[in-house]
Amino acid sequence: MSVLVDESTRLCVAGITGREGSFHTLNNRRYGTNVVGGVTPGKGGQDVEGIPVFDSWEQAAAEVQPNTAMIFVPPRFAADAILEAAAAGVALVVTITEGIPAHDELRVYNTLVRDFPGTRLIGPNCPGVLSPGKANVGIIPAAFFKRGNVGVVSRSGTLTYQIGNEIAQAGFGCSSIVGIGGDPVPGSSFVDILELFEADDETELVVLSGEIGGSAEEEAADYIAQHVSKPVVAYIAGFTAPAGKQMGHAGAIVSGSSGTAAAKAQALEAKGVRVGRTPTETAAIAVEVLGGASVSAA
Amino acid sequence: MDLLEYQGKQLFARHGLRVSSGKAVDSVEAAVAAAAEVGYPVVVKAQVLIGGRGKAGGVKLASGESELREHARNILGMDIKGHTVHTVWIEHASDIAAEYYASVLLDRAAKKPLVMFSVEGGVDIEEVAEKTPEKLIRAHVDPLEGLTREQALQIARDGGADADVVEGVADALVALYEVWLQEDATLAEINPLIVTPDREVRALDSKVSLDGNALYRHPENQSLSDSENEDPLERRAKEEGVQYVKLDGDIGILGNGAGLVMSTLDVVAQAGGRPANFLDAGGGSNAEKIRGAVELILANDAVKAVLFNIFGGITRGDEVAEGLIAAFGELDEHGKSIPFVVRLDGTNDEQGRKLLREAALPNVYPAATMNEAAEKVVALASGRAAGAPA
Repeated sequence: MSVLVDESTRLCVAGITGREGSFHTLNNRRYGTNVVGGVTPGKGGQDVEGIPVFDSWEQAAAEVQPNTAMIFVPPRFAADAILEAAAAGVALVVTITEGIPAHDELRVYNTLVRDFPGTRLIGPNCPGVLSPGKANVGIIPAAFFKRGNVGVVSRSGTLTYQIGNEIAQAGFGCSSIVGIGGDPVPGSSFVDILELFEADDETELVVLSGEIGGSAEEEAADYIAQHVSKPVVAYIAGFTAPAGKQMGHAGAIVSGSSGTAAAKAQALEAKGVRVGRTPTETAAIAVEVLGGASVSAA
Repeated sequence: MDLLEYQGKQLFARHGLRVSSGKAVDSVEAAVAAAAEVGYPVVVKAQVLIGGRGKAGGVKLASGESELREHARNILGMDIKGHTVHTVWIEHASDIAAEYYASVLLDRAAKKPLVMFSVEGGVDIEEVAEKTPEKLIRAHVDPLEGLTREQALQIARDGGADADVVEGVADALVALYEVWLQEDATLAEINPLIVTPDREVRALDSKVSLDGNALYRHPENQSLSDSENEDPLERRAKEEGVQYVKLDGDIGILGNGAGLVMSTLDVVAQAGGRPANFLDAGGGSNAEKIRGAVELILANDAVKAVLFNIFGGITRGDEVAEGLIAAFGELDEHGKSIPFVVRLDGTNDEQGRKLLREAALPNVYPAATMNEAAEKVVALASGRAAGAPA
C-alpha cells in the first residue's frame, strides 16, 4: 500500500492549460499517474496532449470521474477551484498554489469541514504527494525516490526532496512522500498524515520534517506518543532564524519562545522522537532505525 | 505586513471603531499645527514598529505649545531599539476611567479566528495570560458566520466589562472583527481599549498585521507599512519578488523553498559559518529572478562567499544555471571576486550542471551535497581554498 495516491488515482488538474500546470501535469502522466482531465473555464473542449479540458469541475466529474484534484491556478482563483472540486465530489484535493490569502485558506478549510467532510485537502503551498512506482500528484521530482517503506511528511517542499533523496542514497525507498505545505491554515496537518501512515501496511517508519512557526510539530509529538506505534524520526529547520522575522513561508514566523526550532525539537524528543540536526543526520538516523548501515552524518 | 499605530487607527476608524482625533506629522512645526487642531492637552507618540515606546521616552504628554515643541524635537529622529522615529502621532489626550484589552487573530492550531478580551488592559498582555489566565477571555469564532453581536456581548460580560459599557465593548469587538476580516488582517489588537469618564469605549493604541498575500484586494493599503525603516535590500527584494531577510554574517545564501533555505542557514551555522541573509528565490525561479537575486546578495558588502543550494521541484535546474551565468556576465570587479558554491539537484539538474560546466565560470565551485557545499562555502568565506572552481 501507500497513502493518498496510487494506481487507483484518477487525476484532474485545475490550471492544466497554464505553463506550470501543463508542464507538471505531463510530468505526472509520464510517471504513470492516470491523468483523466483538466479544468480551465472557457477552454472546455480543448485538450493538453490528449488530456481533455473541461469548463467546470461538475462537467469533469460527470465525464471522467476524477477522484483526485490538483490545483495549479493563481492564488486569487485557488479557493474557488478547491471548493468547486469538493462540491463535485472529488475526495482528494492537492493544492500546489503558493500565496493564497490566509483568510481564503480559513474559509476553505472551514467550508470543507462543514459542507464537504468527504474531501481531504493537502496543501496549499505544497509540493504534492508521491507514491513511488505508483503515482505522482504534484511537483515532487520523482526520479529521486524509489519504492520502499519510509513514509515522509513535510511542511517544506524542497526539504522533503532533500531528505527523501538522502534516504534513497542510503538504499531505502519510500511508501509515500506527502508535502502538507507551510501555510498558516493547511488542509491536512502532520497528525492527519501520521494517522494514514500508521494504518498503512507498507510504511515501517515515518520521517517528519517540520520548521519554525505554529504548533503543528508539538501537536504531532503528542499524537505520536498516544497513537503511533511505528518509529518516527524528525527534522526541524530554522534553528538560526532570528526571532520576529518572517522567513518565506507565511507559516514560518518566530515570535517569542514558542514555535522556535529548539522548542519543537524538545517537544518531539520529550515524546521519544529522535530529531536529526541536519537533513543528512536525519536520514542517517532513519536508516539506522530501519536496520541499514549507519551512515556518517558528515 | 505590520502597520504603524496611526495606520492601524485609520483602518479602525474606517470600520466604525472609535479612536481619538489626531494627526501623523514629521516635523515640529507640523506637530504644533496638528496640536492646535486637535486641542491641548495632546499626546506625542513615536511611530515605530517596536514595543516599549513609552519606556524609551517615545510617548509624552504636552499641555501647551512649548512643551509640545520640546517633546516633538526630542522624539523625532529618536532611535528606539534600532528603529528611527520619522513620524509622530499627535492626539488629543484622553481621560481614562478604565483600560481594557481586545484582539482578533488567526488561531492556526484551531484553524479559526480567536477573539480575546480582558479588563486588565494597558499592561503586557502576555503577563496577564500567564499569571491570571482567567482574566483573559478567549473565544473562537466560526469564520463562516462571523462574530455575532450576541457572542460579542457574551465575551464582554464574561470578561467582566463594567455593566454600563458591555454594549460599547461588544460594538468595539464587532468592529475590530470587521477590521480583521475586511482588511485581510492576521492580527488586529487594541491595548488599551479605554473607557472614558463619560463611558465611551475607544481604541487608544493599535497593532495590526496585514496579510501580504491579500494586498491585491486592498490597493488602498499597499502604501502602508514602515517603509522608511525597512531595510533597503529587503525592500528591493520585495520588488524583485523574492523573500530576503538580511542577517549579520558574511555568507550569502540562496535557495529555493523556505524550508530548504532555513535548513541551509542551519547547516552553514553548524559548519562554523555565519549566514549574511536568507533568500528564498521561490518555486518556479526563472533565470531573470536568479539574476536579480545574485545582485541582491552581492549588494550586501559584508558578503565574502555565496552558497547556492537548489533542489528543484517546480524550479528547473537549467533555468537556475542560466540565471547564474547571466548574472555572472554582468558582475563588476567586486562581484567577480566573490566565490560561489553551487549545489544543484532535482528537476533538470543534469542540464543545469552541464550548462555551468560549459560556461566554465572562473569563481564557481560545484558541490555534490548540502553538507559539502556548507563546508566549502565556510572555507571560502574565511579565505581558505576549497578545491578548484568548476
